[in-house]
Order: sequence, then C-alpha cells, then structure tokens
Amino acid sequence: MSSAAPGVQEVIPASDVAEAELYHPHSWLTKYVFSQDAKIIGIQYTVTALAIGTVALVLSWLMRVQLGFPGVLSFIDPATYYQFITMHGMIMVVYLLTAVLLGGFGNYLIPLMLGARDMVFPYANMLSYWTYLLAVVVLVASFFAPGGPTGAGWTLYPPQAILSGTPGQDWGIILMLVSLMLFIIGFTMGGLNYVVTVLQARTRGMTLMRMPLTVWGIFTATVMALLAFPALFVGAVMMLFDRLLGTSFFMPALVELGQLREHGGGSPILWQHLFWFFGHPEVYIVALPAFGIVSDLISVHARRNIFGYRMMVWAIVAIGALSFVVWAHHMYVSGMHPYFGFFFATTTLIIAIPTAIKVYNWLLTLWRGDIHLTVPMLFALGFIVTFVNGGLTGLFLGNVVVDVPLSDTLFVVAHFHMVMGVAPILVIFGGIYHWYPKVTGRMLNEGMGRIHFWVTFLGAYAIFFPMHYLGLLGVPRRYHDLGEMAFVPPSTATLNAFISLVAFVVGFAQIVFLFNLFWSLRRGREAGSNPWNATTLEWQTPETPPGHGNWGKELPVVYRWAYDYSVPGAARDYVPQNEPMPAPTRAATGQAT
Amino acid sequence: MVVALIMVLVVVGSVAFHLVSPWWWTPIASNWHYIDNTITITFWITGFVFAAVVLFMAYCVYRFRHRPGLRAMYEPENKRLESWLTVVTAVGVAAMLAPGLFVWSQFVTVPPGSSEIEIVGQQWRWSYRLPGPDGRLGLSDVRYVTADNPLGLNPDDPNGRDDVVIDNDDLHLPIGKPVKVRLRSIDVLHDFYVPEFRAKMDMIPGSVTYFWFTPTRTGTFEVLCAEMCGTGHSVMRSRVLVETEVEHRAWLSQQRAFAELEVSGR
Repeated sequence: MSSAAPGVQEVIPASDVAEAELYHPHSWLTKYVFSQDAKIIGIQYTVTALAIGTVALVLSWLMRVQLGFPGVLSFIDPATYYQFITMHGMIMVVYLLTAVLLGGFGNYLIPLMLGARDMVFPYANMLSYWTYLLAVVVLVASFFAPGGPTGAGWTLYPPQAILSGTPGQDWGIILMLVSLMLFIIGFTMGGLNYVVTVLQARTRGMTLMRMPLTVWGIFTATVMALLAFPALFVGAVMMLFDRLLGTSFFMPALVELGQLREHGGGSPILWQHLFWFFGHPEVYIVALPAFGIVSDLISVHARRNIFGYRMMVWAIVAIGALSFVVWAHHMYVSGMHPYFGFFFATTTLIIAIPTAIKVYNWLLTLWRGDIHLTVPMLFALGFIVTFVNGGLTGLFLGNVVVDVPLSDTLFVVAHFHMVMGVAPILVIFGGIYHWYPKVTGRMLNEGMGRIHFWVTFLGAYAIFFPMHYLGLLGVPRRYHDLGEMAFVPPSTATLNAFISLVAFVVGFAQIVFLFNLFWSLRRGREAGSNPWNATTLEWQTPETPPGHGNWGKELPVVYRWAYDYSVPGAARDYVPQNEPMPAPTRAATGQAT
Repeated sequence: MVVALIMVLVVVGSVAFHLVSPWWWTPIASNWHYIDNTITITFWITGFVFAAVVLFMAYCVYRFRHRPGLRAMYEPENKRLESWLTVVTAVGVAAMLAPGLFVWSQFVTVPPGSSEIEIVGQQWRWSYRLPGPDGRLGLSDVRYVTADNPLGLNPDDPNGRDDVVIDNDDLHLPIGKPVKVRLRSIDVLHDFYVPEFRAKMDMIPGSVTYFWFTPTRTGTFEVLCAEMCGTGHSVMRSRVLVETEVEHRAWLSQQRAFAELEVSGR
C-alpha cells in the first residue's frame, strides 16, 4: 500500500502564460446579459437548459398519461405521441444533459477549479451561449410550425424521418436539423474554449494530475464531443439536402404511400452509423462529467481522499477512447453486416472494465470515510445505485445475441433512462446542491432538498426498474397504444398505470426543486466561502460569489492534489490545494517524493 | 441508519420483484433457447454484482456515518486491491461475452438445407412470399411495385412466376424446419418481430437482410413491428401460424402463384 498523494512535487514552476487582460463590462447589459464572464455564461446555460428541460418533463407526463391511461387525453393521437417522444428524447439528451454538464458546470467550474481568471476566449464563450440559445429557440419554434415538430423518434432514422407518414415532415424535421447544427456550432466554440483553458490556463502548480476529477471528466467529455459532434453535423447536412433538394444520401429507391419516389442509391444505414458515431460517445459525454462530479461529491462529503485517483483518471481517458469504437452496438438488429456483431460486442463489454473500476473506487472512497449524509451526498449515493443498475443492464444489451430479443423493447427504454437519464440527472442535482452556495452565497434549503432527493430517487427507480420486465416480456417501445396483444397479460396495464402515477409524483418533486432554487436565493442560509470545508480552489476565492476575474489581485498557487482530506497530523480534516506544505508535515504526506 | 436501511430495501425489493414478477419472457417457440440461457447467466452475474455493490455501499453508509470524533482514513491508493478487482471484473465480463459470441456465430450462420421465405414490410402491413415448386424466389425491385404487384416482383423473371404471394394475410410455417427469412421493405424501416421466436431483424428499403430460426411449437403467434415506421407503427400487425407438415402442405396448395395473381389483376 502506498500512501503518497499523486502529483506531489517540491518546486512550483512559473506560470506558462502571462496574465491576460480581461474584458471589463461597462454596463448592466454587458455584465449580466452579453456577459463574457464564464461564471455568468455557466449560469445562463444552466437556467436555459433547466427551462427547456422542464418542457421535456411535461412531454414525458403527457406520454405517461397515454401509456398508463390510453385515450384519456383525446388530443394524444399517434402523431402527437410520436412528436412528444421525439422532442422529449432530443431535449433531454442534447439540450438539457449536454448543455448543463458541459456548458453549465464546465463554464462555471473549469476556470475556478484551475485557478484561472476566465476561459481563454471569453468572447467566443459568449457566442457559444447565444448560439445555443438560438438553437433552443429554433427547436421550440417547431412546436408552432405548420405540422408541428418532427415525430421521427430522437434517432431521426431516414427514410421515415423525411417522408409522409411521419408527423412534422414539412417543417418539424427541418427545424430539428437546423437546431442541431446550431447547437453543434455553439458547442464547438465553447468546447474549444474548455479544452484550451484546461491545457493552457491552469494556475501555477496545478499540474494535470492535480486537477479535480470534475475537471478531468468535463475535459475528456469535451474532447470527445469535439470529435463526435461533427459526425452528427455532417449527417444533419446530408439529411437536410435529402429533404430540401431531393438528394439521395440516405434515400434508396422507395415507394412513398404507393408512389415511387425519385430517389435512389442512398443508404439508410449510413445515417445510423453517422448518428451513433456521435450518439454513443454522447452517452459518455454526459456520463464522464457526471463521473467526475460525483467523485468530488463523494470525496468531499465522506471527508476522505478519492480512492485510486490515478486509476480514476486513466479510467476516464480509457472510457473516452473506447467509446469511439462501440457505436454499432446500437445497430445489432439494424441489418448491418452480422460479423460486425463480434467486434462491437467485444469492445462494448471491455468498456465495462474501466467503468467497474470507477464504481469500486467510489465505494472504496466511502469505506473508512467520515460520511456526512448531506443532500449532495444523498444524490451521489442515489447515482451509484441507479448507475450500477443501468450499467449492468447494458451488459445484456451490449452482448449482441442477448440484444436480439431485447432490442426495441421497453427493456432498452428502461436501461438508457436508468443509466443516462436518471443517473446523470441525480449528479446534476447533487452538483447544484453542492455548488449553489458558491454561485449565490446561500445554501439551498435542506428539508426541501431531502424531499426532492427521496421522491426523485425512489420514484425514478420504481418507474424504470419494473419497466425492464415489460421489455423482457416483449412489450415493444415507441407504441402509442399496445392494443390487443395475446402475449401481454392484463396486469401489464396495471403496471403501466402505476409507472405513470409514480412519474407524475416524481415530476412534481422537481417543482419543489425549482421552488427551492428561487426561495433560497433570498431566504437561504448564508453560506460563507467554504461551507463544505472542501479543498478545491473554487472554495478558496476571496469573494463569494466570486467576482469577475475570480481571484482579486493574485492568482492562487497550488501545492497539492485536490483530495487532502483527513490527512494524518493535519489540524483540520481538509487542506486546501493552495495551502503550502509546511516543512515539518511534508514527510507525512509526501514521502514518495 | 435510515439511509442504509432504505438502500438495503432497494436491493431486497429488486430481488423480490425479480422472483415474483408476473412479467417474464414468453414461452419460447423457436430453436433460440441458447439466447434465453445467455440471458439467465447474465441475470445471475449482474444480479450478484448489483446486490453486492449496493449492500456494500449501505454497509459503509451505516458503519462510517459521521459521528463526533470520527476521522476518515487517508489512503490515496492501493495498487494490489485495484489490480485484483480489475482481474475479477474481466473474468466476469468474459463469462458473459464468451457464450454470447458463441451463440451469435450460430445466429448468423444459416444451416444448409434451410427453406427460404421472404417477408416484406410496408406502411403499415406485412406481406409474405414463398418459393413455388421450383424452390427459388424470383427477382424483385421496388420499381415494379403496383397495386396488383405489391411486392414488386419482376414479371420477366421465370423463377418468380410460381412464387406464392400472401398479401396482408397470415403466414404459415411448418414446424421443425429451419427457415431463412429474407427481409425487405419498400418504404421505410420496419422490423419483423415475433416475441416467441426471439430472433428479429430490421428491414431496410434498398437492401435485403435476413435471420434464421426453426419453429419448435405449433400455434398462432402475433407479428409486431419493432422499428418505428410512422403513425401506424403500433397497428402494423400480422400472425404466424406454425403447423404440422401435413397442415402446411394443405394450406400451401390453396395459395395462388404470382402469375395467377397477375392475370386476375389485369
């Protein structure tokens, strides 16, 4: 057993880059609206994403009304139902999860955690948010366009996505594709910023191996997103051409409602490869920041160093790399060449190994900790349960032959909601409860937080755990109405009604959360600068909330890794990263140097 | 204390639900019981891991809950423990992957001597084609699709003249004979899905895909579409009747060949 903290070094090198002159806002408008301050931009991203996410939540309610109580709301016909599932999925995955984790947490935390004054390209950073907002506006506009939003499913599979027989064929699909392209343009500006900031703007002493895992997660996810999103962009351009100019990138010769169309030579499978080349890394673009954040939540609130930091970093990097060679596990029954199945099943199951290592290390961080069951810690525990559950069902679906009966059933829906819906959103909530005091200077109300946690965690589990068994039975997904199916017992309707009722309750719990966000802004307990006694730099700012430029006159200097909790011999149970190693205690923590 | 207890109850509840759930796979009607076996193995391994992880977590939450004077242990890493856990995980993963790949190689290899049938999906109905006495399916192309020729058979291909076309009616299959299913679509993606057969595959306009299976149980089975195909997706239904060889031959003799359909259509 080695007890040396990684990244221990004696000499703090001089800063690589000279301090840049920041843009100083001159008016309220440039300070709070067209702001170039990454912290404001992060808040703008988060608020916008939560707002559009609320729309997606309401859509999920409407879907659950139809599934639990078919026909109760007469306006939910098959067309509107498909529009709801499509918009729900796309909003949740791209416009909420990606935007909050990278645009929100990334912007707010990267400069603060690294001891930087701001992102390196503040102006491009501002453009990133406004382009994202435009993408959201275009997406929302499709609700009001003739024919409504697209109902092609969030995967937008051609030829169906652009043919009649699918709702939103006129305007919806065009607006969806344009909105995605805008999102990618906006993300690219922000993403380049995060990467360059991490590589160039770390303060003195902040080596890569001293970065908090939150930054590692967001950084790796951003690199992945910069490589993965272009595939979706290219696909969107081609599909737009197919729809508007009559080209045939994805369109073979086919019949549309009895009429032969003038398409030919295109490949519907090509879209699926492009989509999932983006779409699978996208799962980890959401998961890796969540992994990073939850590592820090567990470490801070268990008052214990993260266990196996180096292994955690390498696991993040390995998962990021492997996630680019597993995409076709979404396509086992797509009709692609069957021999692909051998390769993609193998890579997919290999990715379980670094992922499992992360889970073990979270557990081993709890082991012999001093666990404070704060609201952020509760969300972190809820994450472990739902992520492990959803991750393990991934071993069913990744194992090609097991996927054959389960694909396109509710098993898949239950799996991906558990692993990339519920699990990351629990981390996002935990992160918000954790960093809200830094953002606003006040604590979120704890009682409301606990209610929010228990209803959301137990409710989401009660929704998605039994749903796997409906999929195992063979109930297909994306069915507006099950109708008569001899193999489906009547009890299924009861379970569907139960799931719907729980979904309504869980939805209402989110209103408690939104209320808490506003209520605590004025009424919350004063937080002080470091309410959790955490070591990382964002808690060491001279002001709370931190001012423009973050650090006042002098940048902090980093002397140690981010996880010096409960160091033997130290007076307090945490030692901030910017606290110099006093000569007498150096032997206690840095004996490997 | 309460938190740890609830986490334990989550595990107990999940296991209990698994054991008593009335929602379980349909009785199998094909040769793919290997798939069910692989699912069973996977349930055992993943169920054990889930219970172990959450129970260990609950134990930590109880045992190491904050009390005055408690101080966490400082231990950045433990190489031996980490390597050991990695190896155990790799073994578990291999135990699931190996049978999976073995069964997949059977799944993609059509046994010699299988009969061949064709299933065609279109918005929103199923059609079937069986080879006539010559045992061969004729050529087809989407350009030939008309109201009288819904599958787009090439009228000039002699192999197709005797093909049996079943449009918008039930498919009949003889029990115990391996069958290779050629899958086509003439408009958008569909997926021929009979839960009891376990096997399924998407149908793609412009390509021919396939899977194979052997029906092992007589009866009537529902056909669903498993790949979203527009507003009629959930009502795109049909039936497969698996019957004895004798019954099947009797049914087949009453079906009309493509050439006869074409004549009557004119």
